[in-house]
Order: sequence, then C-alpha cells, then structure tokens
Amino acid sequence: MKTSLRWVLYCLLVVLLILHNDYWLWKTPDIVLGLPIGLLYHVIYCVAASLLMFFLVKYAWREK
Amino acid sequence: MILTIIIFYLASVLTLGILSHRFFRNTGEDYFVASRNINWFMLLMSLFGTNMTAFSILGASGEAYHRGIGVFALMASSSAIIVPCVFFFVGTRLWRIGKQFGYMTQVQYFRDRWESQGLGLLIFIVLVLLLIPYLLIGVMGGGDTLNKITQNSIPKWVGGLLICAVVLCYVTYSGMRGTAWVNTFQTLIFMILGGLTFVVILYRMGGFSNALSQVDSGLLMQSDHVKPLELLTYICIPISVGMFPHIFSHFLTAKDVSTFKYPIILYPICIAIVWIPSVLLGILGNVEFPGLKGPEVNSVLIQMIRHYAPGILSGFLGAGVFAAIMSSLDSQTLSLGSMFTHDIVRPYLRNRGQEQMSERQQVWIGRLFVISIISITYIISLIATSSIFKLAIWSFTGFTGLFPIVVAALFWKRSTKFGVYSSIFSVIVLWLYFFLSYWKTPGYTVGGTGIMPVAVIIVVSSITLILVSLLTKPPSLETVDKYFNLID
Repeated sequence: MKTSLRWVLYCLLVVLLILHNDYWLWKTPDIVLGLPIGLLYHVIYCVAASLLMFFLVKYAWREK
Repeated sequence: MILTIIIFYLASVLTLGILSHRFFRNTGEDYFVASRNINWFMLLMSLFGTNMTAFSILGASGEAYHRGIGVFALMASSSAIIVPCVFFFVGTRLWRIGKQFGYMTQVQYFRDRWESQGLGLLIFIVLVLLLIPYLLIGVMGGGDTLNKITQNSIPKWVGGLLICAVVLCYVTYSGMRGTAWVNTFQTLIFMILGGLTFVVILYRMGGFSNALSQVDSGLLMQSDHVKPLELLTYICIPISVGMFPHIFSHFLTAKDVSTFKYPIILYPICIAIVWIPSVLLGILGNVEFPGLKGPEVNSVLIQMIRHYAPGILSGFLGAGVFAAIMSSLDSQTLSLGSMFTHDIVRPYLRNRGQEQMSERQQVWIGRLFVISIISITYIISLIATSSIFKLAIWSFTGFTGLFPIVVAALFWKRSTKFGVYSSIFSVIVLWLYFFLSYWKTPGYTVGGTGIMPVAVIIVVSSITLILVSLLTKPPSLETVDKYFNLID
C-alpha cells in the first residue's frame, strides 16, 4: 500500500514539474484577486509544492 | 540614522554569534557541523538564509524591473519545487552517510566512494573555484548597498570591511553553531523587513491596485520578456543546491533525519514570502523610475525606499540586505575552511605518515583558514571589477553541471571514478565555452532558442558519466556495499 502510494506521489511530483510551464497564461495580463494572473498562478504553485512535500514526507519517507 | 540602525544590527549579530560560543565543545565536529545537533527550525532558517543572497532582494527587483512577473516563475517557483526535492532525495541520504562515517565535506565522501585521492583533489579544486566569485559578490554587494543607501557618504570599502569583520568574528569564534544561530536571526530579519518595506511602500503609493494600474501590461505577463524554452530549462539552475559545499555542511548539522521534514515542507512558503515583495517592487519601480540601465537597475529597490520611505526604513533595508549577504558568506567561508582542513591538510599529514590531528588542532586550523579566506576575499573585492558579478551568476551553472556526481554516488552502484572524471571535464569544457559566448553576447541562450546553457551542460555531464562508467572498472564490491547497505 505504502509503496504504491509513494509512486503515486512521485508521479504527482512529475506532473507538478510539468505544470511549472504555464504557457496557457503566457499572454494574459489580467488581474485576479489583486495580482497579475501569471504571478498568482506561481504563488499558488509554491503552496501546491509545499502541500506535495507534506504528503511526500508523510507517506514516502524512507528513513526510519 | 541609517548608519546607527545598521551598526546596531551588526552589533546584535555579533553578540548572538559570540553568545553561542557558550555551548562550544572545542571539537572539530562541533566547530564544523555543530555536533550534528541542530533542530528543524534552525535548519530551515539556515538552509533558506544561506540560499538567499543579496540577489534575492536586490537582483530579483532589478530583473523584475526589466522582465516583469516572469522573474518569479524563473527564479522563485522553480526553486520552490526543486530545492525541497533535493533536500528530500539527496540531503537526507547525505546526512545518513555523513553521520555514519563522520564526514565533514563532500570531497571526503566522493574520495572514499570511488576510492580515488586524485578525484577528491579535482572535485575540491573545482568546488573552490566555483565558490570564490560567489563569496566576492557578497562582500562587494554589501559595500555597494551601504554606499547607495547613504548616498555615497560611506565608501564601498567600508561596507565590505564591516561585513567581513563581523562574519570573521563570529565564524572564527563560534564555528557552525554561531553560524546557525546568526543565520536563524538574520533570515527572520530579512523576511520581516522585506515584508515591512513592501507594505509601507504600497501604502505610500496609494494602495496596491492603484500602483498596479499604472504598470505597463507587458510586465504583467510572461510572453514579452521570457522565452518558453527559457522557462522550461531555467528549472535546472536551482538543482545547483545539491552540490553547494555550504549546503552540504548544513545538511550534516541536522540532529536526526526527521529534522529535515519541516524544512522540506516549509521551504516553498519561505520562497514565496521573500520573492513576492521583491518582484512586485521591481515592477512598480519601473513606473516610478523609468529608463534605468545597466547596474543602476539593481538599485531600483533602494531608489524606491529612498523615494517613499527615507530614514529609518532605509536603515532597515540596509540591515536586511546585510542579513542576506552575511547569512550566505558565513556558511561559505566556514565550509571552505572545513574543506581546506579535511580535504587538504589532513590527507597531506596522513600521506606523510604523521598522526591524526587532535580535535583542538582541527578547530584551530579551521579558524586559520576562515581568517585567511575572509581576508583574501576582502582584498580581492577591493580590486575586482563589477564584471565579477557575471562570473558569479555562472557559479550556479557550474554547480548544477556537477550534480550528476552526487546522484551517481548515492543511487548508482555501477558508477566509476573515470566516469566522474570525464563528467567533470565535460562540465569544465562546456562551462568555459558557454561562459565565453555569454561574455560576448549578454543574455546568450543556446542558438538563440531560449535554452539555457545549464540544461545542455547537465545532460552532457550525465551522459558522459554513464557511458564512461559502463566502459570502466567499478569500485570494489566492499566499498559499494559499505554505502548502499546503509541507504538502500
């Protein structure tokens, strides 16, 4: 169970790395929630990275 | 007023560093890695503070002034995902190996892992050469900042001297524990002061929405200033953290492996806290001070503060920048002192058949090297030209190119010393080629496509390491088992 979950988390990590390239917002200067949308995306990205790290530490921690 | 605040700040740093000496155990392990007894909060602050240089505050604003929000994606959110991954996959394993075999430097590990003194020496030379420009820009950046904040009333050499003197005192006296204590304090200072500066400036600009409405829309999207392939390949730059000698030293200070958990989780949040104000103030600076060119751009944040919040806040900014610089400089000089002691002096004495150094001797030799390194750095900073900044930026590319070495050491049993030798030579050749290309053409990317040279270097060094390893004799089974039984 734990091994499969670990691999799911590794796959999510790869997906997050791919999502770093937000080309779909490339030409959009709109302001959303007070921030340029391209910047807001990457701020949320930092939060998502932190969340993923939380799950990696909780479920994929190899060290005893 | 500005100078009073900065001097008060430096005195606080010095006091804290000297106070930490009360816990000093007078052993080499305590001096270089704080007896491997640092808690998670200090580890997070040390790792983060060491990685954040003056560039993160001033350079990020300068880049954002020209290139807009794309700077956050290039430099901040890429670090937010890559750096914690390096801590998770590499840092924890290096900690275990360091703890088990009593290592203090990367070179000790690589030398034993591939059973080669010569390889250890080569890695030592390359790491030192890559780190020197990085040290220099800290000292030069400090002098420059103080000079600009005080509107040229304090010469640059005084700022550099102040930084060197304070770092010299607490690193020499208290070693890694003093460095970790001071780094924690300094990281908190530049995070808090950065936020404070941001809020005050926005308030005086009439609110965030009002300020943002005046910005050129080209700076609010990425397409005008960042190439798609640049964004894709820039993510290689933060990988360099896995080969920084000073970060390796900090890994070893952790009390146990679970100490890494919170730093891994919280690192991306710390990145966002520091970089959002830096990038946004750079963009807003473009409205207030249009037309800045060359090195002037890096002072956009200082100009914003002088314009909107002169006096006390300028002093706070100076303290914040000094904090960012010193929290990197102290760890770098200490790790270099450790490398000279453990990678040069100790093997030299062993080869001459002399007995091992006593703990006390290790501490004193380390101190002498720290004093020498800081003194030489300061002297060079007085004569170096500002073009050294270009060289320093390329340090990251060099460290990233070496990253396959640590990955091979930890994860690939079949890797060989000749594979690593050839990988290092490929990095040296490509680094020189790309650096000269960049020198001739600022903003150079491979073939003008946007591909960062660092991506080519890391791919070539990885392939070289793999191919040559497969063609040459692996290390003995005994050596391989020694390390892999521990981390498998």
